[in-house]
Amino acid sequence: MQTNYKFPDDLGHFGQFGGRYVSETLIPALLELEKSYIEIKNDKGFQKEVSHYLSEYVGRPTPLYFARSMTEKLGGAKIYLKREDLAHTGAHKINNTIGQGLLAAKMNKKRVIAETGAGQHGVATATVAALLDMECEVYMGLEDTRRQSLNVFRMKLLGANVKGVSSGTQTLKDAMNEAMRDWVTNVRDTFYIIGSVAGPHPYPMMVRDFQSVIGHEAKKQIIKNEGKLPDLLVACVGGGSNAMGLFFPFIQDRDVKKIGVEAAGEGIDTNRHSASISKGRVGVLHGSKTYVLQDENGLVKGAHSIAAGLDYPGVGPEHSFLNDEGLISYTSVNDTEALDAFKYLSEVEGIIPALETSHAVAHVIKIAPKMPKDSVIVICLSGRGDKDILSVNEYFEKDEKMHQ
Amino acid sequence: MRIKSKFNELNEKKKAALVTFITAGDPSLKDTKDIVLKLESSGADIIELGIPFSDPMADGPAIQLASERAIKSGATLTKILKLVKAIRKQTQIPIILFGYYNPFFIYGLDRFAKDAKKAGVDGVLVVDLPPEESYEFKRSLNKENLDLVFLLAPTSTSDRIKLVSKNCSGFIYLVSVTGVTGQRPNMNYSLQPLISEIRKYSDLPIGIGFGVSSSKQAEEISNIADAVIVGSALVRIIEKNGNNIDTVLKEMGDFTKQLSKACYRV
Repeated sequence: MQTNYKFPDDLGHFGQFGGRYVSETLIPALLELEKSYIEIKNDKGFQKEVSHYLSEYVGRPTPLYFARSMTEKLGGAKIYLKREDLAHTGAHKINNTIGQGLLAAKMNKKRVIAETGAGQHGVATATVAALLDMECEVYMGLEDTRRQSLNVFRMKLLGANVKGVSSGTQTLKDAMNEAMRDWVTNVRDTFYIIGSVAGPHPYPMMVRDFQSVIGHEAKKQIIKNEGKLPDLLVACVGGGSNAMGLFFPFIQDRDVKKIGVEAAGEGIDTNRHSASISKGRVGVLHGSKTYVLQDENGLVKGAHSIAAGLDYPGVGPEHSFLNDEGLISYTSVNDTEALDAFKYLSEVEGIIPALETSHAVAHVIKIAPKMPKDSVIVICLSGRGDKDILSVNEYFEKDEKMHQ
Repeated sequence: MRIKSKFNELNEKKKAALVTFITAGDPSLKDTKDIVLKLESSGADIIELGIPFSDPMADGPAIQLASERAIKSGATLTKILKLVKAIRKQTQIPIILFGYYNPFFIYGLDRFAKDAKKAGVDGVLVVDLPPEESYEFKRSLNKENLDLVFLLAPTSTSDRIKLVSKNCSGFIYLVSVTGVTGQRPNMNYSLQPLISEIRKYSDLPIGIGFGVSSSKQAEEISNIADAVIVGSALVRIIEKNGNNIDTVLKEMGDFTKQLSKACYRV
């Protein structure tokens, strides 16, 4: 049992990782944000407000569901699903946007902006903006607006302005660049709601804290069901917010193993993957020092994953730190395995997982059979897969044609 | 030392320094050399060479595109240092490298400082490196007597001005507007109070940049600050004239002459 895990430090560092690598124009805004966040973090009134929205609006606590069929079929460890897919808007992202949205209101910001990959964070931000009557602008790579068109429609319906980003690789990384540019231009009246445990301090800490509700609930629920802590926690990692949310409340519990699953795309030894921790090298991207996929000259490489939400060449700095400290293990799952898991969970449990989430499911399908029957796994079922049905269908049709 | 003596020299002439930015390798490294020499002969006092980066978060469309063109042409930090070495054989104009932290970090901070000094670089400005994160790099640069220029912005508080003043060398780069780089028809004319505030804490020259694109703006800045920094407007000339380097050189020369004239204080 490790005690006293106290990260980040005052400047937002997790060991060598994290920090605040942004232009001077943004520093005062980040300092103001940090100050406001620390104030409300210890403010009972604010906490009560967040809890109110999480229970009455989001529908928390989300269930911890014992996946009986999956467990029996795989024949090993008992598998539980932390059902974030049942949260309002269909993913864990709303836990964070409720928190940051209420903070934005407290700071008298009337306009919020966000970046989004799969569109889940965009939808969650647009939702909170509608709820709190704020103007909302969401940046999304053009490639992602195509493969996640349902979420684009949802955001528009919620009153947000979706801005397609045509620069660079037209995915999450470029959406984040563009959101940063908007923020630096409109910093005085705009609140930037970052959706992952990435970006400059205090975002990685703040998003982790808001998402920790996942792990706090799961802990209580598993103790109630099993009378003990789980043996293993598994979650997918793009930027890594659902993983931090589940893992963080267990960080002092050294006997609980934690595995983050990155996207291996077309293969971890090809150039087309998003496995920043497994294959990246320490660098600085989007305001923090972390593992980054990049070339020998320090130019950031385009990532690839079938899951738009994992298609990102960086990762939250705390994940990089926890990897190096050996407190969390990271592995990867490729596109095909994720698609198989997408189908598997749909057929076996009647739950259609998001393609991002399918990566976590795929890893459990691999390892659960090898674990003892009395061991317990909790998967963070971070989102539902409705948004992916069109692109998965396209993929399967293409696949069928190829094999005809 | 080249930066400091340049400012001293210009002070006597009652001229604000004209600092011109282009992205190294845009449209090619060879052309960059010709452009730098042209800028100097047309009246530029200090050269800022942009180091292209894949994710230029602080830049507007003009410099984003320049960065993309330069990356396509194969410009890397290693090659840019070689280029500076070649330029240095022909001119003593102060040269500052202007970029994002990651390429420097990956190159190796100590190794970079040594190689940059050898090549004839005078200073570095790293857009996404505020003083808090800069100490390691600063140590490396100090060993080689290279300047590390920091930014201040209209959002900067007294605390930030103090911190930047304490750590900055060469000159202070004051960003004229809250926003990304790029031309703006209307400048922020309320910079005077900020300049007075900076003067309380620092004797360094103050340069004003981001959005400066006309002689009129250059003239206004010359009367309140020590340097006028022009970037996107020059880069646009390359964007517009594509691969016709003769036209690029001619237009750059003409524009720089106008700007340089506007930098003399009245």
